[in-house]
Amino acid sequence: MRLPGIPPLAVGLATIGLALGTVEVLLLLGVLNQFVIPLPSAVFGSFGRLFAEEQLLERLLMTGSEALAASVLVSVVGISLGVLLYKVRILALATEPWVAAVAAAPVVLAYPLFLVIFGRSAATIIAMGFVAGLAPVILKTLEGLKGVRKSLINVGLSYNLTPSQQFWKIEFPAAIPTIFVGVRLGLVFALINLIGVEFLINFGGLGQLINDLAERYDLAGVFATIVFVILVSVVIFAGLERMERWFRPGR
Amino acid sequence: MSGGQPRDEHTMPAAAAKLRLAETVKEADLVIDGVTMRFETREGAVTAVDDMSFSVERGEFVSIIGPSGCGKSTVFNILGGLVRGYEGKVSVGGDLISGPHPSIGMVFQEESTFPWRTVLDNVAFPLEIKGVRKAERHERARHFIDMVGLGGFEQRYPAELSGGMRQRVAIARTLVFEPKILLMDEPFAALDEQTRLLLGDKVLKIQEELKQTTLLITHNITEAVQLSDRVIIMTFRPGKVKRIVDIRLPRPRTGDVVGSEAFGRHVAEIWNDLREEASRGMAESEAGARRGKG
Repeated sequence: MRLPGIPPLAVGLATIGLALGTVEVLLLLGVLNQFVIPLPSAVFGSFGRLFAEEQLLERLLMTGSEALAASVLVSVVGISLGVLLYKVRILALATEPWVAAVAAAPVVLAYPLFLVIFGRSAATIIAMGFVAGLAPVILKTLEGLKGVRKSLINVGLSYNLTPSQQFWKIEFPAAIPTIFVGVRLGLVFALINLIGVEFLINFGGLGQLINDLAERYDLAGVFATIVFVILVSVVIFAGLERMERWFRPGR
Repeated sequence: MSGGQPRDEHTMPAAAAKLRLAETVKEADLVIDGVTMRFETREGAVTAVDDMSFSVERGEFVSIIGPSGCGKSTVFNILGGLVRGYEGKVSVGGDLISGPHPSIGMVFQEESTFPWRTVLDNVAFPLEIKGVRKAERHERARHFIDMVGLGGFEQRYPAELSGGMRQRVAIARTLVFEPKILLMDEPFAALDEQTRLLLGDKVLKIQEELKQTTLLITHNITEAVQLSDRVIIMTFRPGKVKRIVDIRLPRPRTGDVVGSEAFGRHVAEIWNDLREEASRGMAESEAGARRGKG
């Protein structure tokens, strides 16, 4: 249903506002427990404090740069491996089920291994993000390339395209929408693992901050940081959507 | 001719077509000589096309018509050089072909425009591959976009166009590199009858202007008669030339020809031959479905 004259964004914001208002009232009435859920007003009120006292911006930059490094690695390596599996069929037949298994595995549990290899450093966090995000990018790249319509392939063949032209002019652009689904999934997995490992090893940016605040039982601060992470994710994915439109116009 | 009907002087059975092939081979642009194609399936070898021979002369518009599953598209793919492993010979202007030939342009049945390219860039694609400078290729692409009646839509993407418009983009893209021979595989199959007739008019005008040798694969009798100089009727599996019908309708033609008495006679004549094949096709697919169910 569409409400005439009201933009969807306004409806979305109003829904969130209504939900938060309801939670606030329920907390104030004692229906919900304030020791478990902080007041939404307190959560939003704590943003100033987080920026001033907890270096939220610096921590964002730190997590952001780790996320950027992991994203670039996930995209470049994942797409390249997907293309390799597409080109070498026997390799795809041999490894695709294993890659799919890795995509479904809780890779975060392997963090002690990376701690041993890279130490308690940003490298461990980036490596964890990379490993967690890699499988979906490989699988979706392979799926996208395998799913290119036969009629498009035939157009290329009818013009006597070289294998390289056939790939770069037809197959790869045709597969971009599916590849981007993989990149988006990969970045979600990478981001979750980045922040999760920051939390677990108490090192780095936003994940460590959530850990610190939780240990201090600063519930409003914890929730505010989580809200902040969600907002950053929304911005990242909006940017990714724009990038996809730029790479693959006409959708 | 099937059903014991009288054969008129404009029609030719397969054997006579072979004789004519030998006589006309020198002026022909496209010669198909004894082409047989078999596919291996789980049920054994299936002969899709059996000893097909015919030729298409320079500037001629020929249609191949036959029931679904008779091997029309296999013939299209063989002529386009997209499949190998057949027996017999296919030659273009005297060259035996073993792959896609630069003189042949193909228009496919399925949606084949590139969704990520504008109409202009779609049509300019073959020139881009050839390394033609951007300004020149855009100028030439615009000419063919106008020719198919899509002037003003150059910057649109295929997703913003109707099915008929997208198929015209595909036709313009094929025409832009000026192939001597145009192969079209049921290019209007997915369109409604009115759009199909109007696009038929467009194709007639273009063929009149470019004088291209054209081979159209279709299952639509009206379309075949409206556009062609000759119609090759194929049998149901294995696909063979059953008969070749000369279409004696005046040129230049427009869609108005569809209402003429001669047009109706040609349609009825082709349908008489085709009905038997289509019935066989239908009976076979029903039997297949029953076997599958059992």
